[in-house]
Order: sequence, then C-alpha cells, then structure tokens
Amino acid sequence: MTFLLEAKGMTKRFGGLVAVNNVSFGVGAKEILSVIGPNGAGKSTLFKLISSFLRPTAGEVLFRGERISDLAPHIAARKGVVRTFQETTVFRNMSVRDNVIIAHHLRSKASLLGYFFATRQAKEDEAAFGRSADEILGFLGLESIAGETARNLPHGHLRGLGIAIGLATDPAVLLLDEPFAGMNHDETMKAVAMVRKLRERGLTILLVEHDMQAVMKISDRIVVLNFGQKIAEGTPSEIQRNDKVIEAYLGIEDEAIGL
Amino acid sequence: MSISRRIIAVTAFLILVFAVIPILIAVSGRKDFYYTLSSVALLSMASAGVWLTFHIGRINIGQGAYALMGGYVSAILVMSYGVSFWWTLPLAGLFCALASILIGLPILRLRGVYFAMVTLVLTEVARLLALALPVTQGAKGITSIPVEVFGLTLVPDFTMMENPRIAFYYLSVALMTACFALMHRLVNSRIGHICMSLQQNEELASSIGINIAQIRVIAYAISSFLGGLAGAVFVAATQSVYPSSFTVADSINFMLNCFLGGLGYVFGPMLGTLVLYFGWNLLFETGRFQLLIYSALMIALMLVLPNGLLSLGTLRKER
Ligand SMILES: Nc1ncnc2c1ncn2[C@@H]1O[C@H](COP(=O)(O)OP(=O)(O)OP(=O)(O)O)[C@@H](O)[C@H]1O
Ligand SMILES: [Mg+2]
Repeated sequence: MTFLLEAKGMTKRFGGLVAVNNVSFGVGAKEILSVIGPNGAGKSTLFKLISSFLRPTAGEVLFRGERISDLAPHIAARKGVVRTFQETTVFRNMSVRDNVIIAHHLRSKASLLGYFFATRQAKEDEAAFGRSADEILGFLGLESIAGETARNLPHGHLRGLGIAIGLATDPAVLLLDEPFAGMNHDETMKAVAMVRKLRERGLTILLVEHDMQAVMKISDRIVVLNFGQKIAEGTPSEIQRNDKVIEAYLGIEDEAIGL
Repeated sequence: MSISRRIIAVTAFLILVFAVIPILIAVSGRKDFYYTLSSVALLSMASAGVWLTFHIGRINIGQGAYALMGGYVSAILVMSYGVSFWWTLPLAGLFCALASILIGLPILRLRGVYFAMVTLVLTEVARLLALALPVTQGAKGITSIPVEVFGLTLVPDFTMMENPRIAFYYLSVALMTACFALMHRLVNSRIGHICMSLQQNEELASSIGINIAQIRVIAYAISSFLGGLAGAVFVAATQSVYPSSFTVADSINFMLNCFLGGLGYVFGPMLGTLVLYFGWNLLFETGRFQLLIYSALMIALMLVLPNGLLSLGTLRKER
C-alpha cells in the first residue's frame, strides 16, 4: 500500500523530555486513522510535527512522497496538510461566517493588491468564499449560528466552527485534535457521523481522541502512543485485544476510556 | 452605512476641512490655527500607522523613530541634494518603509509587551543616531530649510501664496484625507480581515495558510511609510529638524491617540489626535497641574470608555 502521508522516525525533544520518540506510521488516502494514548503521551506534539508547527528533532514527514517537515506551517497548509487545535481555537471577535470566509485564504486567486482595488477577480473570490462558507456551515449544521460572534458560542459549536475553518482550507489531510472533547453522547455521535461524511468528501483524517467508544467506531486504524513511543498499531478490534495496550493504557485508566 | 449616507458624510467632511475651517479662521483672525490644525492632521497620519500595527495585534510605541527618520530624509535630500520638496515626501515614506522592513523582520516575531518595549527603544535609538551621525549634523540639527525649492509647477508654489501656513494646512489635510481614505479601504477589504485574523490568533491564521510573517511586515511597512511621510511634511512646515523633533513622548502620544479614538475604528486616530492635541493645549492654563490632570483624565477615559471615544456612537445604538 502506498501512503498519502507518512511519518518516519519522528522524534521531538523538549530539553530533557522526549515528547515523541522515533514514531513511524503511514496513512492511506481517505483513511481515518486515530492516535490514542494517555495524557502527555505526545499525541498533540505528533500532530504539530506533522502539520509543520514544530520542527522535528529527528525524522521526517512525507506527503505525496515529498518532505514537508521544516516548512513554515502556512506552506504545509498550502500543500494540503491542515490541523485543527486541541483548545477551541477560533477568531473570537469575528462572526462564525467571517471565520469560515477568512479561512478560504488558500483559495484566493486575486492578489492582496487586487483585494485592495476590488478587481473583478477579487469580487469573484469573495462571492465564491461566501457561497462556500454557507455550504460548509450547512454541511456541519451550523447555518443557524452563522451571524453569531464566535466568542459567544457554546463549547460544542466552537468545536464545530474549528472543523469548519479546517474544511474551508480545502485540505487533503485534516488533523483533528480531540474534536469530540466536551461533547455529550448525542453530540459525539452526530460528530462521528459528520467525520465519516468528511471522508466521503475525499478527505484523509487523522484524529486524536480520548473518547474510546467514538474512536473504536470511527477509525479504520489506530496508532497507540505511550510516553512518546508507538506501542501498537492496528484495526480497532486488534487494538482492543492488544496486551501491551491493555497493560499500558486501557488496563490502568478504566474509567477514563469508558470501556 | 448606506452608500448615499457615506457620500454625504465624505462631502460634509471635505467641505468642513477645505472650506468651513479656513473661513472660520479668516473670520476669527486666529491664523495660528493653521499651524495647529496642520499639526493635528500630520500627527493623525502618523497615528493611523500605529493604529494599523494595532490591527495586526502589535503595540507600536516606535512611530516617533520613523517620523524623525522621514523628517531627516526630506531635510537632507532638500539641503544636500537639492531634491524638490515634493519628491522628498514619497522618498521619505519609502525610505522609512524599507527601513521598517529590515527592522520589522526580526522584531515582529515578538509579541505583546516585548514588541512594545523594543519599539520604544527604537525611538530612542533614532534620536541617538540623529545626534551621532555626520549627515544629521548632531544636536544643532538641520535648520533654515528653504521653502522656495519647489520646482514642480503642477502643485501650488508655496512662496507664491501669501501665507505658507495656509498652503501647509491644505497640504496636510489633503494628505490626511487621502491617508484615511486608503486606510478605510484597506481595513474594509479582505486585507483588513486578514490583519484582524492575525490580531486574534496568529497560530490559527497560519494554520489556514496565511503567511503571517509577510502580512506583519506589510502592515508595519505601511505604518512606517505614514510615519515618515508625516515627519517629512512636519519638518518642511517648521523648516527645521532636530534629534528632539520626535521623541519617546511623541511615540507614546501616537499610541494614546489610537487608544483614545478607539482601536476598533479606523477613524479613531483622527479623532484621538484632535482631542488629545487640543485637550493638552487647553490644560496649559492649569500650569504645573497640566500633566497631572491630563493623566487623570486619560485614565478615567480608559476606564469609562475602554473602546475609545468612537464607541460612544455604538453604545447608543446597542441600547
Ligand atoms: N512546547 C513544549 N515545551 C516543553 N514541553 C512540552 C511542550 N509541548 C508539550 N510538551 C510536553 O510534551 C509531552 C507531550 O505533550 P502532548 O501535548 O503532545 O501530549 P498529549 O498526548 O497531546 O496529551 P493530552 O492528551 O493531555 O492532550 C508532555 O509531557 C508535555 O508537557
Ligand atoms: Mg494533546
């Protein structure tokens, strides 16, 4: 199998701490791959490495066979690898719709000067971004809050908006860091269905999540991290039966993982 | 605002600054107001630049450095190279913009109080450089800059007008009007939204593909261009430039003008400069209490109207 995105020997040190230690795995096109592990296992750090927000101490990330580590984050995004944030990160003082519109940046055809002088291309861009933003908000069921200022939104909607912003960049690979955190059961199930729909749109999805029920339901494959190291990789049923995983992770924090 | 209301507002503003105010000054005989109002216009342009750096989320207390730089560039070009004053205006602006790109590339990575402190130091560095460099002629500055080297015939020759002060008034308000018109367009275009996205969250902005380093430098360069341009006209109006023409106090005032007018409003710096400049002069009557009363009023205003004077309008609407 050829991978769309491949992490090879990824290592990240923070001073004496090895947050991510020689982790390798690959993701195929249109796959949903989850990264799980206890708090502090290095999951978010791994995502930041993949999306070029951090430089690896060692190792590299290949996207469509091309090395994307060491690029600036906006260049990685331009190539199609886009992350969302673990914390609910949105443009707080903009409306929901403006949040999504601004996130269409990578689809701009007009130049900055073009936007200043409102050239025909710039106007076309803006009209297209507006339409696309409405489509994305509709797809995520957020159209009713399009006019709200983001800082006034409840937590669940903020998560949704975070994903909407990610989608607006039209990524090939979307990295979702704990998209279901703070959601109740019903909301989570809706969000799971939504992530499936994303895949049907042709996206490849990497997911960090603590909600084990959701992870088992949604993932094609799972990578398990513990203390920065990959301790297992496989399908949900393989992971659930894996002794190392049960010992290092599942066995200890019974309640936290909801099994 | 609807289009027709906007046209009315713009027309009213133009009539006010280009006709009503000159008539009022002529009637009242207070010719000194030409100088005062030219200063307000120029200082508000420099403040508009500071406002733009606020718009990308940076507290800029270094505009005095660029105003000083622009002033010296214009003075030196006129005095040593015989360049027409009109040409020195864009040249001074461009010189400052280029300098700010070189300075901005490293320092714009800093945020919050760190950026603010570095820019504050920048003003002092500019003053010390003006003292030390041979071209700037040290503490005695460059004086008696001639007003009669205006070669271009397209624009009014200052010496031909009975009172150069009037000419500088028209020049200053014309530049201010152009500056705020461009700023208004900039802020309401997609570029303004991109700047705002940086202000609100740089990491998120770069995650959606915005080249944050580039946008920061562009905004800072525009800001410095305005500072340099304002400084150049100011120097021509006073026919002299000294290392102390623009100091840390001026840099702080540019920033306060923005706060006072309102960081959320593109015309905030204009109103802020007007109120602050006249407020300070009115308080002159209070003698040694001037600074004390001034500071107390500023603090009170920031507590009562944290979003600036222009937020008064929206407050009423919200109720
Ligand atoms: N910028 C940083 N500087 C120093 N240490 C860091 C930094 N970022 C993360 N760490 C450390 O690296 C380790 C892994 O952190 P990371 O955020 O990747 O964990 P995680 O698996 O995402 O945890 P959680 O489930 O709590 O989100 C932690 O010990 C953390 O304290
Ligand atoms: Mg994390």
